[in-house]
Amino acid sequence: MGGPEIERLIQLLSKLPGLGPRSARRAALHLMTRKDTLMIPLNDALSNAAARVTACGICGNLDSIDPCAICRDNRRDPKLLCVIEDVGDLWALERTASFRGRYHVLGGTLSALEGVKPEDLSIGALMARLEESAGEITEVILALNATVDGQTTVHYLVDRLKALGLKVSRIAHGVPVGGELDYLDDGTLSAALASRRAVGS
Amino acid sequence: MEWRDRGIVLNARRHGERSMVVDILTQQHGRHGGLARDSARLGGALQPGSDLGVHWRARLADHLGHWTIESSHVRAAGLLDDAVRLAALSAACSVCLALLPEREPHPQIFAALVVLLDAIEADQHWAALYVRFELGLLSDLGFGLDLSRCAVTHGNDDLVYVSPKTGRAVSREAGRPYADRLLPLPGFLTGRAGAMAEMRDILDGLILTGHFLERHMAAAAWGRVLDARGRLTTRLQTL
Repeated sequence: MGGPEIERLIQLLSKLPGLGPRSARRAALHLMTRKDTLMIPLNDALSNAAARVTACGICGNLDSIDPCAICRDNRRDPKLLCVIEDVGDLWALERTASFRGRYHVLGGTLSALEGVKPEDLSIGALMARLEESAGEITEVILALNATVDGQTTVHYLVDRLKALGLKVSRIAHGVPVGGELDYLDDGTLSAALASRRAVGS
Repeated sequence: MEWRDRGIVLNARRHGERSMVVDILTQQHGRHGGLARDSARLGGALQPGSDLGVHWRARLADHLGHWTIESSHVRAAGLLDDAVRLAALSAACSVCLALLPEREPHPQIFAALVVLLDAIEADQHWAALYVRFELGLLSDLGFGLDLSRCAVTHGNDDLVYVSPKTGRAVSREAGRPYADRLLPLPGFLTGRAGAMAEMRDILDGLILTGHFLERHMAAAAWGRVLDARGRLTTRLQTL
């Protein structure tokens, strides 16, 4: 095929999530045939991001400024802190535009089998942040995955946060919007029934 | 090469964007790995403790192979809000994953795990059952403890200790001079009439099985189990 530069480009592109060798070849060809409009701007964007984007020293979000734009935003509710597993979850919550508090990225969940311990996550930083907030943060929302590891982490955090006397909540588990009960798995339905709440009162 | 079986998910780790490598304890084929595609659609079915009907297929017998999930019962769903029972489910799956050799049938362990997980799910006497499950696991792998009679007097009365070296029971009288070096033997494990499992007995039982699990497991495998068992013990202590 082409020279070693093209092979290298394909090899690196194939390491991206969702791309295999075949789709990486297509992407490389697409870039090379649109050198001025796509390849060079992409190269500049990648260089800029690599040079400037870092993890926020407060919440762990990725941004070109530290503290990140969310931590600096004075219009956000300083009383609410949402704990999430990774930056992808933060982006997902931001897309909803329904949460106006601030975030804390844990960097994973506890997992005995994968050897992930509390000290491997930013739990120490979370505790320090809550203690230093001097009562400004009043509610911690635990928005972790509804998996065994995710909820094990939730229970661990609840134990740690108890001592601080804060309100601690977790996101609901259950029926998705547009979901039909007939098509839901029994686990989701059981969780939805267990998390039911009163209506019309 | 293909077969169908019933299995309990022990662990699933991500492999690429859409797949997971899933370890399943099957009824007839023992602990078996395989790749499950479209993990997002399978969702909760791949959580530890899920009871699945599975179809395993590979070109050659020693290949990793692929799982097709044909039916599922997601046990973890009802336990996510209960820290203690979730810790028990996690510990049971961790111990099986770390201790059982791959592709070696252990139908008795499978049956015991199903009984234990059903009890955890129903929230009925599962803590004592968990200790018995670990004892059964040790026994099935050839490291069984002899709790039926005293190693010194050969009698079966008043057995309250276990020798940490031999794994044999010791009576109160014979063990008195060495009490500080012997492991406590909770009454519910000896089948003593009227012996009910109090929380102190459960914790003693976990110390007992933990000692022999640590002794017979490779250090790396024990390290993986330690966290899950430790979390369960801590939770039980708070009850």
